[in-house]
Amino acid sequence: MAAPKFAFLLLNLISILPLLVSSFSVDRPTDRRILVLLDDLSLKSSHSLFFSSLKSRGFDLDFKLADDPAIAVKRYGQYMYDGLILLSPSTERFGGSLDVEGVLDFVDSGHDLIVAADANASDLIRNIAAECGVDFDEDPSAVVVDHSSYAVSETEGDHTLIAADDFIQSDVILGNKKIEAPVLFKGIGHSLNPANSMVLKALSASPSSYSTNPSSKLSSQPPSLYGTAISLVSVVQARNAARIMISGSLDMFSNRLFRAGVQKSGSLNKYEKSGNEQFITELSKWIFHERGHLKAVNLRHNKVGESEEPSMYRINDDLEFSVEIFEWSGSSWVPHVSKDVQVQFYMMSPYVLKTLSTNGKGLYHTSFKVPDVYGVFQFKVEYQKLGYTSLSLSKQIPVRPFKHNEYERFITTAFPYYGASFSMMAGFFIFSGVYLYNK
Amino acid sequence: MAAQETSQSATFRHAFGNVLSFTVLLLIGVMAFSIRLFSVIKYESVIHEFDPYFNYRVTQFLTKSGVYDFWNWFDDRTWYPLGRVIGGTVYPGLTLTAGTLWRILNSINIPLSVETVCVFTAPVFSAFASWATYLLTKEIKGAGAGLTAAALLAMVPSYISRSVAGSYDNEAVAIFALIFTFYLYIKTLNTGSLFYATLNAIAYFYMVCSWGGYTFIINLIPMHVLLCIVTGRYSPRLYIAYAPLVVLGTLLAALVPVVGFNAVMTSEHFASFLVFIIIHVVALVYYIKGILTPQMFKVAVTLVVSVGMVLCVAVLAVLIALVASSPTKGWSGRSLSLLDPTYASKYIPIIASVSEHQPPTWPSYFMDINVLAFLVPAGIIACFLPLSDASSFAVLYIVTSVYFSGVMVRLMLVLAPAACIMSGIALSEAFDVLTRSIKFHLVGTTQNPQDNARDATKVNQNDVKSEKSEDTVKERPSRKSKKKDKENIEKPSLVSRVEKRLLVLPLETSVMAVFLLVLLGAFYVVHCVWAAAEAYSAPSIVLTSRSHDGLHVFDDFREAYAWLSHNTEVDDKVSKSKRSDSFALKTPTDVSGISFIASTHYPLILFEVLNLAVLGLVQRNKLIGLLAAAILVQVASWWDYGYQTTAMANRTVIVDNNTWNNTHIATVGTAMSSPEKAAWDIFNSLDVKYVLVVFGGLVGYPSDDINKFLWMVRIGGGVFPHIKEPDYLRDGQYRIDSQATPTMLNSLMYKLSYFRFVETDGRGYDRVRNTEIGKKHFKLTHFEEVFTTHHWMVRIYKLKSPKNRIRGKTKRSKSKSGTSTSSKRSTRKKNPWQ
Repeated sequence: MAAPKFAFLLLNLISILPLLVSSFSVDRPTDRRILVLLDDLSLKSSHSLFFSSLKSRGFDLDFKLADDPAIAVKRYGQYMYDGLILLSPSTERFGGSLDVEGVLDFVDSGHDLIVAADANASDLIRNIAAECGVDFDEDPSAVVVDHSSYAVSETEGDHTLIAADDFIQSDVILGNKKIEAPVLFKGIGHSLNPANSMVLKALSASPSSYSTNPSSKLSSQPPSLYGTAISLVSVVQARNAARIMISGSLDMFSNRLFRAGVQKSGSLNKYEKSGNEQFITELSKWIFHERGHLKAVNLRHNKVGESEEPSMYRINDDLEFSVEIFEWSGSSWVPHVSKDVQVQFYMMSPYVLKTLSTNGKGLYHTSFKVPDVYGVFQFKVEYQKLGYTSLSLSKQIPVRPFKHNEYERFITTAFPYYGASFSMMAGFFIFSGVYLYNK
Repeated sequence: MAAQETSQSATFRHAFGNVLSFTVLLLIGVMAFSIRLFSVIKYESVIHEFDPYFNYRVTQFLTKSGVYDFWNWFDDRTWYPLGRVIGGTVYPGLTLTAGTLWRILNSINIPLSVETVCVFTAPVFSAFASWATYLLTKEIKGAGAGLTAAALLAMVPSYISRSVAGSYDNEAVAIFALIFTFYLYIKTLNTGSLFYATLNAIAYFYMVCSWGGYTFIINLIPMHVLLCIVTGRYSPRLYIAYAPLVVLGTLLAALVPVVGFNAVMTSEHFASFLVFIIIHVVALVYYIKGILTPQMFKVAVTLVVSVGMVLCVAVLAVLIALVASSPTKGWSGRSLSLLDPTYASKYIPIIASVSEHQPPTWPSYFMDINVLAFLVPAGIIACFLPLSDASSFAVLYIVTSVYFSGVMVRLMLVLAPAACIMSGIALSEAFDVLTRSIKFHLVGTTQNPQDNARDATKVNQNDVKSEKSEDTVKERPSRKSKKKDKENIEKPSLVSRVEKRLLVLPLETSVMAVFLLVLLGAFYVVHCVWAAAEAYSAPSIVLTSRSHDGLHVFDDFREAYAWLSHNTEVDDKVSKSKRSDSFALKTPTDVSGISFIASTHYPLILFEVLNLAVLGLVQRNKLIGLLAAAILVQVASWWDYGYQTTAMANRTVIVDNNTWNNTHIATVGTAMSSPEKAAWDIFNSLDVKYVLVVFGGLVGYPSDDINKFLWMVRIGGGVFPHIKEPDYLRDGQYRIDSQATPTMLNSLMYKLSYFRFVETDGRGYDRVRNTEIGKKHFKLTHFEEVFTTHHWMVRIYKLKSPKNRIRGKTKRSKSKSGTSTSSKRSTRKKNPWQ
């Protein structure tokens, strides 16, 4: 009864599998489809450089108008896309069945998201951002203004086109190559909750920036957002490794700013090309897991001198532990090399904490002695590093005390006692004989 | 010629008496066994309660893996993550007994399951116990008293409560071991035989293997020895009865892993060693007295006393210093609370929280030993006529056990055999006197006693009891041996002769008295059968209640355990808020007049119901046990459910009924007393996946977790001082209605118990506390309900995994799309946490 059912299920699965595109999975990291929602189909051409860089990396883009009634990310309980790009800052309501909850569920089931807002961003976009831990300036018409690090242009503007170069210090997120040119940004700023450890400022504003409505006069009150508290572009890595990028500017993705030259005010360096293309491309690589995605496999442990994995250790056993860690490079899994991976031998608190040594080919190993405490221990590898997906492995293993016959049998220091016992026995035997038969 | 005839008929009667005694004993055994089968007949052949589940599991392991693996068994399923070394922390007697029984039965091709053997171990051993009682009482006061005592013990409710079929607990075999050890002690004392002394040590060893109550033996016997010495009854027989027991017994006791060095290190055993020294001193004094002249003896005494005093003071000082240096003064908490009943409640909430460690109430005496309570004083008097070594032991036994039973309900069990022996003696003596009077009147004074007896057989019409009185009467003539030894089951002849002359009651009075005594016995039988059938046979895992519309069965516990075993191994990520369909928002059955006959603590429950306001209410079932499946799926519940959860659901538990790690239980208690967030953190650090609470508010089941909650607070507060009991009490009152303190209403226990409770009847009326609950509508942030049983008695919650994202601070603006769902979401997220 159960077997045919199972077979049937399996058949179903096999037939469905090729049609499905799921989130970034360790097993099938390639083959990805992205839904791009636009306010206006003209964006398709005005932002074509961004899209073509994605396409050239093998992504399959599906463009739709944000209010297209046919929008659906999910069919029969399965997601049809594994990435979502929202370049629709003014949309108040998505077409079709998609809504805020839909977008968040999409993320919570492990899919990636890029959101671009702009001045006058809709509540919809603001809500999505807020659910991800990003708070846009509540004044709907406010934009980020910076009178000291704006991008120099022919006409003296209102200094809302900013040349920002305060990047997040992470090679994993922004790539190995340093971004030389400042990034041109024109849009609204947002703030992050400092207590929120999952959201990171990828691009911060300069200390002299502030968020205000450029057409209105400065009031005596200080602006609600100012200085480095303003984040221009933020990234989020959720606990399930879904990655989100939230930008306050739609323009920074545009061909115009990709190609524009940039000179930061007060600086003599003039760059032929802004940093936008490099910044956005590298960031999107990170967002779509082409970098910084780790997997750990083959967690093994065994007694020194054996190769079988035991079901239980004894206290004071010597054991060997190893695990393999790989990183997704965009096309293949390459060994992850790092000197700071640690393993804990853990029972309510770590009894052993060892840094693993690596052979450079992904294998991390160490050996240590089981502590003199019995209980149910765990091998724990908690590897959380900026930009990388967090690795959290644990494997339970009981540690038993000595068996009754595993203690030392004859202790030298106890020989006097052994002697005493046996002489006593002998003496008693002789005494009994003498007493009983010597009359 | 006449003399020869009498002697012949005496021999015949003697043989007949033996056969009769044997038959009666056999029948008593059968009765002891069968009266305990009500639970199997009324319910099913199932292990009862909590501890028996653990014992059963251990026995299963033993039968599967053998003795050595059992000895070295490290159990990683309980007390996660500490684990428990089972072999070194259990009394193995019961397990080994049942395991051996199972093995023997299997080897003779009787293929019983381990469970069946476990279920029936207790009834079998209660038959043994009644036979041991016969032997003991026979040593004290003769065969008649022995048979009566055995019959009484076979059905004494107190003992039934711990030995019904399915109650597979240590006490089941331990009571037999206790009585048998006492019998062998008295036997040795009466005969002075080294053979019996050795047997005695072995019986003591069996007792040590079986139950922690062995300390009662090792204190009672020295007390008796001391009593004998003080009253000038020292004899070589006493020495033989005592000295080998201490030496061999202590050596053997130290072999039991759980006792080990405790046998010489803890204060419970000091009395025996002290008396051991004293008896040697006394023996030496008697010896010296025998070989010295009186004058020399006097000189020697003064010399020895003066030197001895100095030595004694020195030794005593060292001892006191040693004992005082240990924090508990060398006594374990449980023993201390025996001596000072207030000790535990003052210092060790975890001991005080167990209901069977509470002092009993008066009704529980009547419930548990019934009419025996009135017969005991008569028995004591009979023991003093005349006072022998053996009968003084019986008196000492009853006196001490009465005291101990007054301290802890659980020790009522030790009182029961003593009460049976005393009542047996009393009844037997009474029948003796009364039937003799009747015979005297019917036959006339001129005839000799032998004829009396012969006629009496015809005359005596009294049914059950009369047989026994009869054969005591019959055997009296063939008496005469100063020490009561062998099968010459004797009344002290001297007294009986005196009585014979003095105590001849009028015929009508005698007949009336016999009738009344038989009536008394009949009431006792009725009560015992009722207790066995109604009060003590319910396996607390299945509960029943009677109301005007019939019998209700509550099988929620097994339902919950089955759910756990079927559902918790599933990969967690898959079971996304899998809400069970069997939620059954059923209107509760009318509870007015429901009295739960749960577990073996029937009177206690009644007591609890009466004292709910005062919060007397602690049943054995208390703490949180946490379980785990193959991959770290732990379940948390209060400790009493731990054993069942491991045994029935096969899940790892965080704490169980064994109280060896106070801190661990306190951790769980603290979690239950904390607000949701803090509790989640604690549970998460213990890798808990599921939390199980027992809730009786819907059907009025009084021993639920809310009623035990204060103990969780106390136990938790004992280790983690930020949990303070007054925070949970409003003006010293424990309440869960609108007057309850915020701490109480925000505690995890309150929330898990009353989550969605208001949906049942619209106002959240708690049928145990008889009040409306204080906080009715609330949501759980960090826990999600995954299963609630049919009568809501067990509720299982799952810990939510940490949130995938962290929200920003901005309030969700109510745009046009802000439907009801979105507003719900924003309220739920009001309290973000990492």
